[in-house]
Amino acid sequence: MKVRKFLEVREGETLVALQSFLQRLLEKEIVEALLVPLEAPSGDTVMPALVKDPLRLKKANPLAPVMPVNAARLVSSLTIGKPREKIGALLRSCERRALIELVKLQQAHLDNLVIIGLDCLGTYEVTDYAKLISEDGSLTMELVRGAEEGVLSPHPGYQFRAACRICEYPIPKNNALTIGLLGVDGKRILIEAEEELAEKLELTEGEAPSREEAIDRLARARIEERDRLFSQFRERVVDMPGLLAQFSTCIRCHNCTVACPICYCKECLFRTSTFEHESDRYLRWAERKGAIQMPTDTLLFQLTRLNHMVTSCVGCGMCESACPSDIPLTTIFRAVGQEVQAMFDYLPGRSLEDELPLATFKEDELADLGER
Amino acid sequence: MNEGFEPRIVAFLCNWCAYTGADLAGTSRIQYPPNVRIIRLMCSGAVDPVYVIKPLLDGADGVLIGGCHPGDCHYQEGNYKARRRVAILKNILRQMGFDEERVWLRWISASEGQVFAETVTEMVEALKEKGPNPLKELWGT
Repeated sequence: MKVRKFLEVREGETLVALQSFLQRLLEKEIVEALLVPLEAPSGDTVMPALVKDPLRLKKANPLAPVMPVNAARLVSSLTIGKPREKIGALLRSCERRALIELVKLQQAHLDNLVIIGLDCLGTYEVTDYAKLISEDGSLTMELVRGAEEGVLSPHPGYQFRAACRICEYPIPKNNALTIGLLGVDGKRILIEAEEELAEKLELTEGEAPSREEAIDRLARARIEERDRLFSQFRERVVDMPGLLAQFSTCIRCHNCTVACPICYCKECLFRTSTFEHESDRYLRWAERKGAIQMPTDTLLFQLTRLNHMVTSCVGCGMCESACPSDIPLTTIFRAVGQEVQAMFDYLPGRSLEDELPLATFKEDELADLGER
Repeated sequence: MNEGFEPRIVAFLCNWCAYTGADLAGTSRIQYPPNVRIIRLMCSGAVDPVYVIKPLLDGADGVLIGGCHPGDCHYQEGNYKARRRVAILKNILRQMGFDEERVWLRWISASEGQVFAETVTEMVEALKEKGPNPLKELWGT
């Protein structure tokens, strides 16, 4: 049975309390290794690290509002060949949901994995975070304080990443262990766990009565922004010029596929010789159309990627953050995904029991499609 | 404006049913419009969305996917998977501003030569109404 307990936090030392909690997980051998963001030596970002030495956790900073990489990809690397040691992975909501999709896609396993969910208060782009952290060390605490009410504002003059502004799932659900900040006052951190596990962790009793309300308040604000961005997008793509304009600056760098936790193909079709056209072909196309934009096949690539992965898109926004041409991929993929997923009542990452829409079918569905 | 416009249709037909049906239309000398270019695959379930999107972006006015009737697939379930994939593809095309009615999925059995001919006839008429694929006029994709 899941219980709610608390970590006590000394004045303003939320991160320290969290670090010693994580150290306890290693010291008490609840896990033998921890995947957790550590401060990078440069001091201007955090990067996930697989940690075995509890002392290194003094540099752990899972609260830093930045996400250079979706950790689901890393958990996939760690678990695709089943690990023989127990690994704990600290995951935000979108990372956890992406991981569930990857497990269904047979790219990750949950054996010997302890998922430690962590409330996400929003993230800045990597470059913005680097600038901000050098100007203002209290960046993280600013957000932690807002978490109590569920009102999270970005630092003045900056915005959170688009994906975060429209994320209506700030808390990861159904984990062995969840670390909660939303709806909790600054003197404590919420820990949700199975009773047996909670006993081992030296936690204190307490309640978090306003948690649901805070989460709800945050989600509602995000949903409003989401719907606004989606409407703007839908208004733009009403005809062919509108469609072409979405992706007109795509350069086929494939950063989006590299950054996307769901795109797991070792060799994307669009990187194979199928798309290494002979010069005669380019010339024929140019002859027929008058002019062809180069590199070719950008729209084909984007539409195909939509068809291949949008059913599992969790909206983490790594694609947009990685795109050198600033294409609003989060909005496009999430908006298109919303309708496609709704066709099958599917929510990516909601449950391992939900079958991937492309991997299953019902005999008596879509009955009109294919009939005269 | 659409005077003399002849739509160009690319058809992906499954070997066991639709392609054989089309072949029957031919051997039976059933007359139907010549606007279709046929590509044979083993199963409608082998149709990846990229095969459908590419001709559309290159200016084909319509794409026809022909498969076995549900329950009759030579590989048991391929056509059910095709049905889901086509549903998703049409949904995405529509959301992205493209006329999804240019993509047809039709179940055509090996004995339905007449049905194949009628399907192509209907599709040519429907596409003549719609006019040429608007992507033909636009520069670069």
